[in-house]
Amino acid sequence: MIEGKKKSNRAWFLVLPVVAAVAFTAIIPLMTVANYSVQDIFSPDNRLFVGLEFFRSVMTDDRILDAFQRNLLFSLQVLSIEIPLGILIARMMPRSGWKASAALVVLAIPLIIPWNVIGTTWKIFARGDIGLGGYVANLFFDYNYTNDPTDAWATVLLMDVWHWTPLVALLVYSGLRSIPQAYYQAASIDGASGWSIFRFVELPKLKRVLMIALLLRFMDSFMIYTEPFVVTGGGPGESTTMLSILLSTIAIGQFDLGTAGAFSLIYFLIIQVLSFIFFTVLTLDTRQGATKKISRRKK
Amino acid sequence: MAEIRLENVAHSYDGGETFALKETSMVWEDGKAYALLGPSGCGKTTLLNIISGLIIPSHGKIFVDGVDITEKPTEERNIAQVFQFPVLYDTMTVRKNLEFPLKNRKVPAEEIQKKVAEIADMLDLTEMLDKRPGKLRSDLQQIVSLGRGLVRDSVAAILFDEPLTVIDQNSKWTLRSRLKKLHLQTEATIVYVTHDQTEALTFADHVLVMKDGELIQAGTSEELYLSPAHEFVGYFIGSPGMNFIPVSSTGSSITHKGETIGTASSELGAGDYNLGVRPEFVFPSDAGFEMEIMRVENRGVYQLLHMEFDGNPLIAKVGESDVYKSGEIKKFSFNPERSFLFQDKRVVSTFEPKTRVSN
Repeated sequence: MIEGKKKSNRAWFLVLPVVAAVAFTAIIPLMTVANYSVQDIFSPDNRLFVGLEFFRSVMTDDRILDAFQRNLLFSLQVLSIEIPLGILIARMMPRSGWKASAALVVLAIPLIIPWNVIGTTWKIFARGDIGLGGYVANLFFDYNYTNDPTDAWATVLLMDVWHWTPLVALLVYSGLRSIPQAYYQAASIDGASGWSIFRFVELPKLKRVLMIALLLRFMDSFMIYTEPFVVTGGGPGESTTMLSILLSTIAIGQFDLGTAGAFSLIYFLIIQVLSFIFFTVLTLDTRQGATKKISRRKK
Repeated sequence: MAEIRLENVAHSYDGGETFALKETSMVWEDGKAYALLGPSGCGKTTLLNIISGLIIPSHGKIFVDGVDITEKPTEERNIAQVFQFPVLYDTMTVRKNLEFPLKNRKVPAEEIQKKVAEIADMLDLTEMLDKRPGKLRSDLQQIVSLGRGLVRDSVAAILFDEPLTVIDQNSKWTLRSRLKKLHLQTEATIVYVTHDQTEALTFADHVLVMKDGELIQAGTSEELYLSPAHEFVGYFIGSPGMNFIPVSSTGSSITHKGETIGTASSELGAGDYNLGVRPEFVFPSDAGFEMEIMRVENRGVYQLLHMEFDGNPLIAKVGESDVYKSGEIKKFSFNPERSFLFQDKRVVSTFEPKTRVSN
């Protein structure tokens, strides 16, 4: 029996290629970063072990803390716009026929354009002198994303909404399509209103896709880099300096590898932890614990 | 509790090119159980959805107790419908599920409570009221979705659209007998759609057989079994289905491959017909026709003989005690009251087999 068990351990060799691949793509780079974060490197042969000193300085750096708050606010705004808007678009989309195919293609356009093209397009589009968007905006109010912090913020937010709401809409659309027609028929026999149908039929069935959409959009917007990088460069001032923009400035601009390493690790951890919290909260009532709570309350 | 009457109802999904339901008129009497039986795609579900109002028919009118409801929206009709799989609001408890249709109709709270308690009692759901329906067995889920239809006052009819499709094999029988008991309790008119003949024949007082959007025959299970009006009824009901033998009529007698085999009981014009006889009504007889037994299939309490009658395959159902061997040539005849002649798939006459005096 024991021999048989030993033999089955050979299965680990089959996992080895994956372990190797992940090691090279994720673990080793991350360890390099971890290595930087605990040393002060002056030159390749002159380095000093400083322990958690960089972590302490990152946690107390006002620029980083400001960027963190800014980024959190940005993510919250992104989620609170894109998720409801995505659901709304998906519900309005045609259910079948050529119109459905056409709507899907139109919706997918922002998703298949290369990121730097999007940045450049928007940079020109939002200019007050030659850009259509900037020109039209200026007809109604004074708009200039290069020197007004609010305008810059709104532009980046609008870009993200334009770019990623289609993803939410596509996910929700696929979720809606998988709801059997009988649920709608039963709801109409029950005399349910449009809102009730959404609340009690669609929303519960969309839970899984919405969870995926929420997680993807949160992680992605919390790591947003390209939009502010290309369009505003993090400015004016620091108004659109998100965490990743600041990180690249510290790492590549100032070549401050120790701070950048510590910053990266903390950044990574924040995203991991927040995603984990999201996931846990959203899957709460499909787990054992939730039912226990109900039965306990009954007693 | 009501009588449902369909007048020339027909429906086309593609604007009149093809009809999923061809023009049909029928009356469903108050308090009776009907089964709509037919293969997939025969228009049963379309007919059901027309009654519940999920589809407005392209032609014809529907009356409930004499009132025209053709254009009435679903929620204003007093119809309960149970679907192929349990359709429930997963985020609500069983109680909330049952309350839902009443709340939507702005029924006062005390009345809702009373009604839900009453229905839960009738359906034996009282103990599960505070559970999520997702945690129940599939047959109980189906009962809950039925309950959601029953809580409304004066339900005119309960429609079942193949309600046993996803139910575990073990629970199927219990659920079916519970539904039947409920029918007796509620005295509602019941329409039960299925493609399973056993389900239809055991559940309903009247069975309506449909095919290709047409109502082919309506009757009790005995009528459908003993005197099918259409070849399809003979083939679809009964297991194995009816035997068909291509025959010709010369006007005075019926011939098979040139040989006279009997006469028709009513006047028939010359032409081609199909002789249909159920395996149960093919019996060994010295005065019969010679048939070659190709294969004997023992089914326990009976045997099926796969035979050839002049090159034509034929099945006979015989008792377990008789001994038959494949390769044997024996004589069989047909029960004259249960042998039918079909023309264009419709029954036109019964058939009287010739008895061979010479042998």
